[in-house]
Amino acid sequence: MRSYVLLYILLMALVTYLIRMLPFTLFRKKITSPFWRSFFYYVPYAVLAAMTFPAVFSSTGSALSALAGVAVAAVLALCKKSLTTVALSACAAAFVVEVLQFGFVM
Amino acid sequence: MQKAVSPYGFREGFQDGVPIGLGYFSVSFGFGIMAASAGLFTLETLLISLTNLTSAGQAAGVKVLEGVLLAGKVGAATVVEMLLAQLVINLRYALMGVALTQRLDENMTTGKRLFYGFFITDEIFAVSSAKPHAVGPRYFAGLATAPYIGWGLGTLLGAVAGNVLPLSVTNALGLALYAMFIAIILPPMRQEKGVLPCVLLAAGLSCLMTFVPVFSFLSGGFVIIISAVAAAVMMSIVHPVPEKEAEA
Repeated sequence: MRSYVLLYILLMALVTYLIRMLPFTLFRKKITSPFWRSFFYYVPYAVLAAMTFPAVFSSTGSALSALAGVAVAAVLALCKKSLTTVALSACAAAFVVEVLQFGFVM
Repeated sequence: MQKAVSPYGFREGFQDGVPIGLGYFSVSFGFGIMAASAGLFTLETLLISLTNLTSAGQAAGVKVLEGVLLAGKVGAATVVEMLLAQLVINLRYALMGVALTQRLDENMTTGKRLFYGFFITDEIFAVSSAKPHAVGPRYFAGLATAPYIGWGLGTLLGAVAGNVLPLSVTNALGLALYAMFIAIILPPMRQEKGVLPCVLLAAGLSCLMTFVPVFSFLSGGFVIIISAVAAAVMMSIVHPVPEKEAEA
């Protein structure tokens, strides 16, 4: 391995680790402010929603297969199926739609 | 802050991590192809994934490395570029880390935080902090296992042979992460009052900033951070969560 490339990789890893580790390790207070408590309650849902839309519709080979996957995921999620079941079924639905649309593409 | 002991063990964590692992596999597969075509060796590419575990940061890092490979040596400008890119793109993990500290059980000691802090990603953060009860080291260990393996394996396969999987299969796997997100968001949306408007707001802002040309200077990572923070701030003002619900 070229040592100068290794140096950049280690630098990149170190910065990323410190950003993750420092607040996680050093922050020890219990947040009592109603605003911040609410903020941290809402943030995971907001992050997930912003990550999903609109990106989900370009995550597969076509918007149609993505839509089929989203529909299957939504129905199974409302039936409270496990995360794995929902994810695999949605992938299967998208796969079937793509094969119907384009044939089996290698 | 610390709550008794988490009811979730390794097994529950592992199961929650499987869909993340599948999604990571497909995403890192693309990363492997990209890094190989930028001129990185397979081992270098794999090392990046195993030491960084983050998509946007790694993609930016490879872009910097592409320039370094052309120059064939270390230069101060590219070192600064690398540092700044990682700092800005990954800053969201600092916010997530603080949020996660509020959800940890008493077994999460300093030594364990030093270790598990490495595994904070958008997905691992979102899944663990949407759990109804506190989470501990065993749950974290389980949760991180499949994503870490999936991320490494996908990178390796992508770098070695971008075409080992049929396109229809990699395309379909691209949906795994998002389907899992939907599965996390939907059930509480029906039960808890604030979650539905919060989700609609964040999704709407994210679509707006993605499609309206005025915002085209924002990268995908920033669109997500801005939409999520804005939606969470607005909801916290309009509909603060009662103490019990936020604690749960």
